[in-house]
Amino acid sequence: MPLLEAKGITKIYGALTALDKADLMVRDHEFHGLIGPNGSGKTTLLKCVAGAEFPTAGTIAVAGRDITNAMPPERSRAGLSIKFQITSVLPQLSVYDNVLLALQAQDSILGLMLSRSRRALHEKTMDLLARFRLESRRDELAGVLSHGQQQWLEIAMALAREPKLLLLDEPTAGMSPQERRATGELLAPIKQTCSMLIVEHDLDFIKDICDSLTVLDQGQVVASGPILEVQNSARVKEVYLSHA
Amino acid sequence: MNQPVASRTKRQIIPVIELTLLVIALILPLFLQDFWVLFTTRVFILGMLALSFDLVWGYAGMMSFGQALFFGMAGYSAALLATKWSITSVFVLLPVGGAVGLVVAFLIAGIIILGKRPPNLVFVALGTLTSSYVVERLARGWSYVGGQNGIPSLPRLTAGSFELTEGPLFYYLALVLLALVYLGLRILTRSQFGLVLAGIRQQENRMAFFGYKVQNYKGFVFCLAGLIAGISGGLYAFHEGYVGPGQLGPVLSTQVVLYALFGGAGTLIGPIVGTGLVDLFSFYLSQIWETGWPIVLGLLLLVIVVFRPTGLIGFLVSDRERVGSFGRPTKAAPPTPDARHEPA
Repeated sequence: MPLLEAKGITKIYGALTALDKADLMVRDHEFHGLIGPNGSGKTTLLKCVAGAEFPTAGTIAVAGRDITNAMPPERSRAGLSIKFQITSVLPQLSVYDNVLLALQAQDSILGLMLSRSRRALHEKTMDLLARFRLESRRDELAGVLSHGQQQWLEIAMALAREPKLLLLDEPTAGMSPQERRATGELLAPIKQTCSMLIVEHDLDFIKDICDSLTVLDQGQVVASGPILEVQNSARVKEVYLSHA
Repeated sequence: MNQPVASRTKRQIIPVIELTLLVIALILPLFLQDFWVLFTTRVFILGMLALSFDLVWGYAGMMSFGQALFFGMAGYSAALLATKWSITSVFVLLPVGGAVGLVVAFLIAGIIILGKRPPNLVFVALGTLTSSYVVERLARGWSYVGGQNGIPSLPRLTAGSFELTEGPLFYYLALVLLALVYLGLRILTRSQFGLVLAGIRQQENRMAFFGYKVQNYKGFVFCLAGLIAGISGGLYAFHEGYVGPGQLGPVLSTQVVLYALFGGAGTLIGPIVGTGLVDLFSFYLSQIWETGWPIVLGLLLLVIVVFRPTGLIGFLVSDRERVGSFGRPTKAAPPTPDARHEPA
């Protein structure tokens, strides 16, 4: 059974059909890339999976459980976690508190009022900060981190809940080549614990870390499968050449 | 502006203000005339109401224009128990006041907050304002609760066979209650729950994707604020010896908003300072210019709110201290070279 199965996803905004019967499948421990020219519907598809948008038609299931109409907190409990394209760290909280906030999300209101898990989550928080090279900046406000570090912090926060499927929307946007390479290194070990669906413009980055790929154009799936297979597809070449 | 790594260890201003005000409040009746003891007691009780608003707006980001509704309904309920059933025990009337505030807040939260999606700011503001207005109008027209005149000549509160007379005794009762509510809220807002509220205030939409059901947290805070407003409403009615429709309506609700904004919302101590100063200015200005004093007060408040959105406390306390830190206290890490760099 695939981890994520989206079937016939259609999203219509007024007169615009952003997605037209798009299918998407991600398996366990698979890194799956979602690419396409600007306006092809990849971010809309990712948002439909995350619950930031609801499809006009089609179904979405995670590990066999239908989440098509589930609100974001339910999707989070089903094992989904997202990092949006625009970084949305909490700028007035410390780096440490940002991660703690993500880690403690499963606690009850009473548990949070009594700060029951604060001590227990300390080590996990520090581990995540160390993994994403933010340990030395833990007491600084998240808002003063560089753009690249904010992206890392947000990935750390998205991973805090140990999701089954991590959704990343352009995680390397605005990064320097060094930061991009470092991001690839930071993401690679995640494969042992979860799957990933990643929207990205940087094809080299996608080729480096993904196992499979889905290509969208004008809201429709043009090709989907292992990277090499998709790369050699005549239809995909046509799409990219026509937009070059 | 980049904050230093060790900023957590910087001197905290708020505890100094808290301790100073507590010491002053404890010894004040020794130096005050009766009128000022009553005045300050009223400030403590209204300060508790302002705290309830601060919790809702300053911490959970919901603009409530209806705090007076919980305050007034609690006051009316306690007054009815005292006048119709001769119940005057403080151990019954204050919990009843709190319970009424809590239940009314829960009913309103059920309509305007606890939906499928988190409520927006305008919806909560209009919903609470309308509720407050409607109930005030109903009270004005309902003879059972005294109509326009309210319920006057309330008996004194009692504790056993002991009468709680207005003056130093009531003063210390109000001070103890205010201190307990303050301490409880201080612990709450510095707990992991407070961290969730800080998250909701800064990135409400993001919180849902972490798995937080934001409307549940907002509903909880709204009800807790209703409980606090209810306790203060019950106390206020017996301090004044009277409860009337004005204690339910938008005028008092708006006054509470001004207390908090003037003093500094989201700090707990700010709204209490704001209550004291606004009432003090109102009193003195009304002595100087009997008819036009609200204009001067209004302009003063406007200047503070426009030029210092963090209120008077914002002049003394940094944003970092205001928001606070929630994690386990750690020794500050030595600054690394990259920590000293300005962000890219």
